[in-house]
Amino acid sequence: MLATALGSPAPFGQSQFAFMRGNAFEAKVKADGGAELLRLLYERLGGGAEAPAGDAATPDLSAAGPEGRAARTALALREATAAGGWALLDHPMLALEVAGSPAYLEPDAVVVHPDGRWTVVEIKSFPMIDASADPSKVGAAARQAAVYVLALERVAAVTEGAEVGHQVLLVCPKDFSNLPTASVVDVRKQRAVTRRQLTRLTRVEDIAAGLPEGTTFDPACPPEELDAAVAAVPPAYAPECLAACELAFHCRARSRAEGAVETLGRSVRGELGGLTTVAGVLAAAAGKEGDPADPTVAALRRAAALRAEALESAEALRDGTRESGSVPRAGAPEGAAACR
Amino acid sequence: MSLITTLARLEAVDTGRAQPLATVRHRHLTDRPLVLVPLTTAGEAGAPLGALVGTDREAPRLLAVAQPRDRDLRFAFLAELAEAVLPHIEAYADVVEPAERNETDPATGKKTKVEVELCTDAAQLIVPSRAGVEFVRLLGRSMRFRRTAEDDPDTPYPAPARVPLLGRWLTHYGERARVPGSSLLPAVTDLLNRHWATGQSSLEDQHLGALLAWIDPPAGSSGAEAALRAELARDGEGQLLCPPAGPATDPDFDNRLLAPAIERYDRARTALASAEDGLAADARLGELSAAEREIRSLLARVMLPTWDAVWRGLDLLRELPEGSRAEDRWTRDRWSFTAHRDRVRSGEPPQPRRDDAVTAAQKLASRETAQAQLEAQEALDDPLVLAGRRLAGEAFLATVSEVEMAYTESKRPSPRPLVTVRTDERPHLGERTKVYRSLEGKPQTAEFVRYADGPPADDGEIPLVLRILDRMGRGKEPAPGSVPEPGERIAWTLFEHDQRGGPKLPDPEETPWTHGGPPGADAATRAERPDPVTPEDLL
Repeated sequence: MLATALGSPAPFGQSQFAFMRGNAFEAKVKADGGAELLRLLYERLGGGAEAPAGDAATPDLSAAGPEGRAARTALALREATAAGGWALLDHPMLALEVAGSPAYLEPDAVVVHPDGRWTVVEIKSFPMIDASADPSKVGAAARQAAVYVLALERVAAVTEGAEVGHQVLLVCPKDFSNLPTASVVDVRKQRAVTRRQLTRLTRVEDIAAGLPEGTTFDPACPPEELDAAVAAVPPAYAPECLAACELAFHCRARSRAEGAVETLGRSVRGELGGLTTVAGVLAAAAGKEGDPADPTVAALRRAAALRAEALESAEALRDGTRESGSVPRAGAPEGAAACR
Repeated sequence: MSLITTLARLEAVDTGRAQPLATVRHRHLTDRPLVLVPLTTAGEAGAPLGALVGTDREAPRLLAVAQPRDRDLRFAFLAELAEAVLPHIEAYADVVEPAERNETDPATGKKTKVEVELCTDAAQLIVPSRAGVEFVRLLGRSMRFRRTAEDDPDTPYPAPARVPLLGRWLTHYGERARVPGSSLLPAVTDLLNRHWATGQSSLEDQHLGALLAWIDPPAGSSGAEAALRAELARDGEGQLLCPPAGPATDPDFDNRLLAPAIERYDRARTALASAEDGLAADARLGELSAAEREIRSLLARVMLPTWDAVWRGLDLLRELPEGSRAEDRWTRDRWSFTAHRDRVRSGEPPQPRRDDAVTAAQKLASRETAQAQLEAQEALDDPLVLAGRRLAGEAFLATVSEVEMAYTESKRPSPRPLVTVRTDERPHLGERTKVYRSLEGKPQTAEFVRYADGPPADDGEIPLVLRILDRMGRGKEPAPGSVPEPGERIAWTLFEHDQRGGPKLPDPEETPWTHGGPPGADAATRAERPDPVTPEDLL
């Protein structure tokens, strides 16, 4: 909404075909009290326990509001762990503090093992073809599951005999069919990364405290006022933002207007050392600005000179062949050099 | 991204137009490529929605699936796709020229030359984007294990006749597309990105419309403005003016236009099935075909802009003269095409689901060789690419200032002339570092002897002494033209021009235990077993 009000709406949305397919697949996996899901889980992560024999508990988790549901989930987890049997929690609600404010998360399912271990289950509708799936999609699913594991760990810390498994179960359709298949994903790395990022996040109150008095992000405000309000929060735009954030097109426009080199990619910034703007880099390359003793400036000037020379020689070669009318012996470097 | 590429991108930002990254075209384009613009259904694995296919830019053939969840309609689509693609491939399979190939005699272990056929040209298939290449692979995988009624009369849901064959060919094309420098199945975005640097990031460069906007912006508009329009601009109905290049569709198109149209089609079909007499059936059949026509025109509407963009991209690429060594890489593509033709003709089973350890290692090794070869050939073909290597200290331009004859100290002395060259570049030379130059298309080797004036200063011209090692003929005196002359300006590279393959790999039967051991006896039959089919299969 804010992005639309700013005049840079983000092209996000989900196709109803994908939505329907995802829901239908999840319903199929969880049918019959999750019998198929528990069978897959036992096959991959059974760990010597007794097989779930259709008597797995499926506690009712409905309650009013996200806080209520989160409390209900914690209670159900405690009861299931104490009971020492298999239990399947369908769409539990978990709370996690992000930048000082609570965020509510809803994993597809959490399974309680008889030995008190909890396993996060992610059900995705992208296919696993010949036992391998698109790595970028699996990576995204693993990062998502790692956040659930972190949230579950908070609950497990106050539950006796509970432990959260760092292996999650990813359930996908097999090949081109609608049959579920599963794979175990170890999310220790993603969990560590997420934990570190969460502790490093600036708290929302601190960001708010840094804003001028009376700043509002109400989309009903006039665009100029909104623009100023958004500008008060310093962005750190990189092209990766485009895939994830509604405000990315707005930040990109600002970043481009400022001439920031990051608009071309994060790695570019590393290459260019202390030079941060497009105009600055080009001026340094052209020899108008910058200290020639700076290795970045020296390298840039050399790159610019080599590039200009190569383009010139190619041009000369093309003109030469055009005049003589011979077949272009395209770009053989010796020939190119001979023309100079 | 190297510094020289970054600089080109920054220049593009500054000028508002894409800047050249190459002065010649580094990929071969055939005279009659087959362009394929596929679309798929969101959220389904390989349930195609439609495609535009053809070799004539004025007359694409439109294939559409009115209800992607219906197996019969999908099979009809695939059969039609086979009819559009296979004749094109087969037209190239029969035009051959004689060629020679080295083969090792299994009995004696000796290498002999064998007369074989080589297709004079190969069928080139072009898709809009990298996702399109992946989709071709996926289609290939979904089709090649299918059984037709002829293969196995008892098979449930038999596939139309030529579908498994198309699957094998598409699998081959998809696999070949992973070889660096190959042009059998290029994506237009990759081709354009190789030759131009835009003022946006490489992530945004995957958008064909935005990429073309930077390379060839409409008059009076900068690349950035035109690209933004390509990314976001929508018409009165809320539809993108420049739809995604596929195979994925825009969710807004799915939700607002396609889903209602498919629903109308489903209703018309149910109504037709429940028609009570001939007259009613006729009327309802009319409704059904109207619903189908509507879906076809919707799909055509989102695919045509991509179709035109692909051809426009090809036009831009054809303006560049082809690099002289691109032909050599295309010959390798022709060998690969011919080899697959032979495998199909000799009745070999479809490609396995997973390569065995030896095949996988072979593929990896050949791709590494191809990558190194591609990098060397591009640098030799193109001064702009060479400039990047010179900046990295992997090549240098130098003027010959002095040539001194010298000979080896054996019984039959061979020439080993010492050549002094002057350069203002600082290549990474160590004692006896080999350097290469191109002499009539073949590499000539020299080695670095010493800096003539002692250790080089930071800048300014320095003299280097090189010793020429080969390509001077068999006599005592070097063959004419084989030794550089004073005054000549020569590009030397520190990388080899031809790449040798790695060590030979064992036969599959001798796979070491570290790599899973020899394949079991049932491996061959297991590999080609068709996918189990279920009534609700999606493909």
